[in-house]
Amino acid sequence: MADRTFPVEGSHILMFARSVNDGNPIYADADYAKTTEPGKIIAPPTFAQSVAQFDPDYFLRPRVDEPWFGSGKEATGVESPAGGGSGGGGLHAEQEFTYHRHLSPGDVLTVTTKPGKSWEKQGRRGGLLKFSESITEYRDQNGELVVTARGVGVQTQKVVEQE
Amino acid sequence: MALKASELSIGDKHEEVVVDNLSRTQLVMYAGASGDYNPLHTDGVFTKEVAGYPSVFAHGMLSMGMTGRMLTNYVGDGRLTKYGVRFTSQVWPGDTLTAQAEVTGLREEDGQQLVDLTVTTVNQDGTAVVKGHATARIDP
Repeated sequence: MADRTFPVEGSHILMFARSVNDGNPIYADADYAKTTEPGKIIAPPTFAQSVAQFDPDYFLRPRVDEPWFGSGKEATGVESPAGGGSGGGGLHAEQEFTYHRHLSPGDVLTVTTKPGKSWEKQGRRGGLLKFSESITEYRDQNGELVVTARGVGVQTQKVVEQE
Repeated sequence: MALKASELSIGDKHEEVVVDNLSRTQLVMYAGASGDYNPLHTDGVFTKEVAGYPSVFAHGMLSMGMTGRMLTNYVGDGRLTKYGVRFTSQVWPGDTLTAQAEVTGLREEDGQQLVDLTVTTVNQDGTAVVKGHATARIDP
């Protein structure tokens, strides 16, 4: 995957914090944030994942003027949506962040993703499970590594059975 | 306020309800902010008729994000050094999630006091939806 440039902005942090149901004012109120230990607005711990907004090829975002696999007139807008109950993207199995420091508005990150290990496992509820790992490094405007993320995705053979 | 090593013990717990009666609108908010517009999370027609699930369900990262609120409320702003989870069960509209951290280790690394935590988030039936770990800087 090509490197992405991720400008960290206050309004994005505010919307992201609301979206994870977190009303901590350090994510929204610059005057309050000055009174805290970080001394400024910072991003919630999982905010780095929203680099997806800055990936020009992200396949889980509709593209301008292109068919989309979600519903419109029909239940899907494409002829052959990916099967396996995954909606085309697989499911998210694991995620880990290592923080060297926390992100703040004004940071401009360069984000690099590399594939990691891959493995298979026979699942109890989803059939054969194919796991693949990716390692994403977020470096700031000074070239310093600020966040490392390890993600594991899983492609299920069938729709995950409900208990 | 930051946690203090002198006041913490192995087995200490902190628990919060991080969402009560999860709404479909919350899933839309998360899709919009995170940029993950997978229709499995916001498009009930697609999710039922094409993907084969009973309804839309939460992004795993939404469960992790809401669980993160419990962690930052416990350890303090900007104190986390590591936070990782496995997504162990799907989260559905209407779910109420309770997140808990438990102290499993107190240690020092390069002169910095750290606390290690296990993280577990359960739904209203007691089923774990997120299981993970975190580490945070603490005061002496």
